Amino acid sequence: MNEVILITGRTIAQGSNLENKMSDAYIDAAARCEMNENLLTRIGASVGDAVKVSTRFGEVVVNAEKDDGLPDGHIFIPMGPWANAIVDPDTGGVGTPAFKGVPANIEKTDEAVLSVKDLIARYREG
Amino acid sequence: MAAETVSNVVCPLCGCLCDDIEVIVENGKISNVKKACPLGKNKIMGHDRIKAPMIRENGEFKEVSYDDAIEKSAQILAQAKRPLLYGWASLICEAQRKGVELAEEIGALIDTTASVCHGSTVVGVQGRGAPGCTLGEVKNRADLVIYWGCNPQEAHPRHRARYAHSVKGMYRPNGKKDRKVFVIDVRETKTAKVADEFVKIDPGYDYMAFSALRTILAGHADVVPDTVGGVAKEKLVEMVDAMKSCEFGVIFGGMGLTQTRCRYKNLENVISLVDELNAHTKFTLIPMRGHYNVNGSGHTLAWLTGYPFAIDFSRGYAWYNPGETASNDVLLRREVDAMMAIAGDPGAHFPGESLRHMAKIPLIQIDPYANPTTELADVVIPTAISGVEVDGTAYRMDGVPIRTRKVVETEYLTDEEVLERILTRVRELKGGN
Ligand code: SF4
Repeated sequence: MNEVILITGRTIAQGSNLENKMSDAYIDAAARCEMNENLLTRIGASVGDAVKVSTRFGEVVVNAEKDDGLPDGHIFIPMGPWANAIVDPDTGGVGTPAFKGVPANIEKTDEAVLSVKDLIARYREG
Repeated sequence: MAAETVSNVVCPLCGCLCDDIEVIVENGKISNVKKACPLGKNKIMGHDRIKAPMIRENGEFKEVSYDDAIEKSAQILAQAKRPLLYGWASLICEAQRKGVELAEEIGALIDTTASVCHGSTVVGVQGRGAPGCTLGEVKNRADLVIYWGCNPQEAHPRHRARYAHSVKGMYRPNGKKDRKVFVIDVRETKTAKVADEFVKIDPGYDYMAFSALRTILAGHADVVPDTVGGVAKEKLVEMVDAMKSCEFGVIFGGMGLTQTRCRYKNLENVISLVDELNAHTKFTLIPMRGHYNVNGSGHTLAWLTGYPFAIDFSRGYAWYNPGETASNDVLLRREVDAMMAIAGDPGAHFPGESLRHMAKIPLIQIDPYANPTTELADVVIPTAISGVEVDGTAYRMDGVPIRTRKVVETEYLTDEEVLERILTRVRELKGGN
């Protein structure tokens, strides 16, 4: 297990597919987890490998990507349903969940990245 | 067939509301978009729309008429005890106004996408004031631009070039050469890479950094620790010097301030900093509002109800208390028994725990496109695209209202028409008051 801090936010690819979320392009854009080279090495993953990110609030499988702009120990998942499966829902007394700065764990996995349909279907079940 | 160019179209994607877009129309269809960034171009070009209204039966969607979908929606809303009407960002103010009428009629909660992005900014402004200016003033005057917790290169791609950095202004004739740009962020974003200076801060330490800057500004640098949130004291002192000595400074605040530790307190603190800087020079703050007309939703709701988002009409009058009455507050408390998502996509942008409750209650979606919310919806009503197929008013991130243009005709009903028809039917169902 590797403890990290999760940040979520916008990207060009996520924004370009804002009105196109049922597409494969959106999966590429938002079902990803960026981290720096050190962290990739530490979890034994290469770019494109599936990684499982878990927090107190859930877990999600996304594809590993490299971004050396991230400090060590920080991961970035574009805003969207994959990130939101694990963010902190607490609204901080002002209505806004904590989409940034959430403590998380990351590990390599053999599990598959879920499509939007399968990801959302999980909420129908419970 | 001759192609027609519609010029000065207002882009309906982000809060920059770029009003110089050129759209090429051939045979009544959009064939190309010029000058927009990839975000705006993709939205204006459009793609597979929801074809027809739909109602879910035994787990599967069935296409129905507008009449049937509107009837079903009216019944859901008329019967609900605690309905929530959420979204209101990617449409025009005229439709938002209709939404407030509907909310009042059924005693609903009405909330906007601000509650998951800049709601904290709005609350901070209510506490401390809005030291704003227009983007035109930034363009013509600003010589110090600070992007704090925002990444316009990806979220508002033309922001720097049109308003804040490379653009030539009346008193900044050399554009980029006449300005200094700082980026303060927890990671080296694409914006950080094109700034003059990138200051890396640890997540959740913005409040402390603002306090340190204020302390230094007040002449008490001696009590500031050597590092604050990972930022060296010398760097903070340098920043204060740059702020004090500029002629016109602006801080653009992003979701790095609103969605993280301290939320609205970050805003109160940075507004205090801006206030104090005005004892030395001219300094302003503009929130980097994300969605197209989310800023307009705050204005429209405020002039109709007195409050900008998270408004609860269950008492028969407008009640506002974000933290209690925002969408995620009521969804997490499992309080809502019916929901309408219009021009916003909670399925993609709410935490999983909120979606778990949305899956259990009747959900009406009004939107041109299928998205994660559709997966949870029971009634889906496709509508015309504001700013492309409908004209109306939208507010830019700096609060300037702009008349948006209609580029092409459509067969889809507008959001305003759908809301009007639901409202009429709800009134009938509730006994014609
Ligand atoms: S910067 Fe924003 S408003 Fe301007 S073209 Fe891009 S998405 Fe549209």
